[in-house]
Amino acid sequence: MSPESGNHSSDSEIELTLGLPGIKSTGTKRGFYDTVDLHLGTSSSSYASESSRNNNFLCSTTNKSPSPKEQVVGWPPVRASRKNAMKSCKYVKVAMDGAPYLRKVDLEMYESYDQLLRALETMFCCLTICNHLNERKLMDTGNGIEYMPTYEDRDGDWMLLGDVPWKMFVESCKRIRLMISSEAMGLG
Amino acid sequence: MNYFPDEVIEHIFDSVVSHRDRNAVSLVCKSWYRIERCTRKKVFIGNCYSISPERLIQRFPDLKSLTLKGKPHFADFSLVPHDWGGFVYPWIEALSKSKVGLEELRLKRMVVSDESLELLSRSFQNFKSLVLISCEGFSTDGLAAVAANCRFLRELDLQENEVDDHKGQWLSCFPDSCTSLESLNFACLKGEVNSGALERLVARSPNLKSLRLNRSVPAGTLIRILMSAPQLVDLGIASFVHETYSAIFTNLKDAILKCTKSISSLSGFMEVTPHCLSAIYPICPNLTSLNLSYAAGIQGNELIQLIRHCGKLQRLWIMDCIGDGGLSVVAQTCKDLQELRVFPCVTFGNPAAVTEKGLVAISKGCPKLHSLLYFCHQMTNAALITVAKNCPNFIRFRLCILDATKPDPDTQQPLDEGFGAIVQSCRRLRRLSLSGQLTDRVFLYIGMYAEQLEMLSIAFAGESDKGMLYVLNGCKKLRKLEIRDSPFGNAALLMDIGKYETMRSLWMSSCEVTVGACKILAKKMPRLNVEIFNENEQADCNLEDGQRVEKMYLYRTLAGKRKDAPEYVWTM
Repeated sequence: MSPESGNHSSDSEIELTLGLPGIKSTGTKRGFYDTVDLHLGTSSSSYASESSRNNNFLCSTTNKSPSPKEQVVGWPPVRASRKNAMKSCKYVKVAMDGAPYLRKVDLEMYESYDQLLRALETMFCCLTICNHLNERKLMDTGNGIEYMPTYEDRDGDWMLLGDVPWKMFVESCKRIRLMISSEAMGLG
Repeated sequence: MNYFPDEVIEHIFDSVVSHRDRNAVSLVCKSWYRIERCTRKKVFIGNCYSISPERLIQRFPDLKSLTLKGKPHFADFSLVPHDWGGFVYPWIEALSKSKVGLEELRLKRMVVSDESLELLSRSFQNFKSLVLISCEGFSTDGLAAVAANCRFLRELDLQENEVDDHKGQWLSCFPDSCTSLESLNFACLKGEVNSGALERLVARSPNLKSLRLNRSVPAGTLIRILMSAPQLVDLGIASFVHETYSAIFTNLKDAILKCTKSISSLSGFMEVTPHCLSAIYPICPNLTSLNLSYAAGIQGNELIQLIRHCGKLQRLWIMDCIGDGGLSVVAQTCKDLQELRVFPCVTFGNPAAVTEKGLVAISKGCPKLHSLLYFCHQMTNAALITVAKNCPNFIRFRLCILDATKPDPDTQQPLDEGFGAIVQSCRRLRRLSLSGQLTDRVFLYIGMYAEQLEMLSIAFAGESDKGMLYVLNGCKKLRKLEIRDSPFGNAALLMDIGKYETMRSLWMSSCEVTVGACKILAKKMPRLNVEIFNENEQADCNLEDGQRVEKMYLYRTLAGKRKDAPEYVWTM
């Protein structure tokens, strides 16, 4: 995929939409709600307003103050393990230019680019993070080669790691490639 | 009574299989008791604190297969404090010291340490089967010990456990000589497994019938597994993420085609590219069991297309994103359906989720249905009455309305009449879970009609002590009663205390029971352990008799007070 189309896609990723960050407002995908929202004793009319609110991300989802009974432990009776599984992992493959093997990372395990970079650092031997000019790069201390972490986004374009907010990245990332810096020019 | 020599009676007893029949046989006379106890190989203990391991071994010296359950059922929903108990170590320790030749161990809701698994793996020469369901406290190190040391292992089944994954090479610990595996399930493990070791293990296990993989197993490995094990009957594919036009996907399709005759049970798909699902269509006509209850990625048309190919299903576990419309497709397609579970994927406000309409459709299309777990947004009395009429064969009926006290939305009436219809027409009902707005009336119906009921779950229901009393007086076969957030108090608890010796356990949380009543109960019934959980108070403060008990768990026991209880558990 050419760098140019990468640029284009990057624009479309960060353009203003009606969705929450990381949630694509087009298409039919639905995210999971992490919190269990129990509405004991609410009438059917408030249920209707609840569902219409969920269809419009512009409305604040916190405008209704929860009554004390709403967050009831253990209701609905769904196993904790099932809820955890719903939180899901997201495995993506990691390739490093020149390395004869691939690795995998679970992006859901990390909360920021820095955490991910630290994980990448240990994943292939001899790599260290070097952060000059605020660019995220990894250096092979053995031969001095610099690697640029890049990723393929959901549209199939190769982007520089760090170009969108972390959550959006986790949503979008299909695989990661540590590209030799000199070849990564023009991406992002 | 004994016209036959012992050997003949022993031989006859061999064909008495069920626990209940064996128990009945042992009550006939002393010599039957003796013969039965010396020949019983399978024992089921529904509460690990109801008896001591020593007593078990003393009575059943020829024990080969043991099932043990630990924490109360409500532990599944975080109502039991994490460190409450349910440790398996004392059992394994006692069994290993005895001469018992244990071959099968099945544990549910127990705390299993690596140390226990290590000891287990070294203590029993012919150990064959380990099944852990909703257990915790162990890691892949313990599994490695089992793999390495149990040379004749046939079954390693890990269902919904919390396992610390040390990303170790536990699968590589199966020795090359291990060729006896029939069933291997590690779908609940989070970490990566060694693909090469897995492939080699599968290749040298000609009897492998059941294999459930976790997310880390890549497509290439799956292909090689399917090629080398065409005999698989039960397959769990956790990760099914492919690009439709890739060579690997073409290979996978070919590999799946080789297994279409044998596979009858399919599960997994936690990660999935939905448009790749056409690859499994060739398997579908043969499937009798399909579990998509973790397959959040399969929705809408793809889900319905898949279901249309599954005409022979007897068991279907699915998420509520199937919608009422999808359930009517199930009803048209799966005429043999016996068990249906619909789980919630979004707990509230999901417009596609299911209602009474889906259930009514299922009841019309699937007359053989006998087990149901149904999470829905609303239910009506009319729908429940129709369902009761269409499906009188229910053994298990668990209905969960996500809004726990929601009345019938059409009439604003409580759901008493609907559930009443269920217990009235389903005379074989053994397990029932209620939800929605309910008055004491529903318990009147349950007490009156649910003669075979063994387990009842109640939440946010009833109005007075009467409700609970109807159940205790009426349901003669009741063994487990669990109640939360309902207005039942001391009068209900103390009315018929002899009843609790006929039951396995009673759980009451956020009800109206007081400390004083628990004390009276414990004093009058020495063979009951009455535990109250005092999580918020200081350990040294005395509880006032009038104080309301937040959580109470009582169970019959021959072992007396347990010694491993944490500080906040007070056994009265």
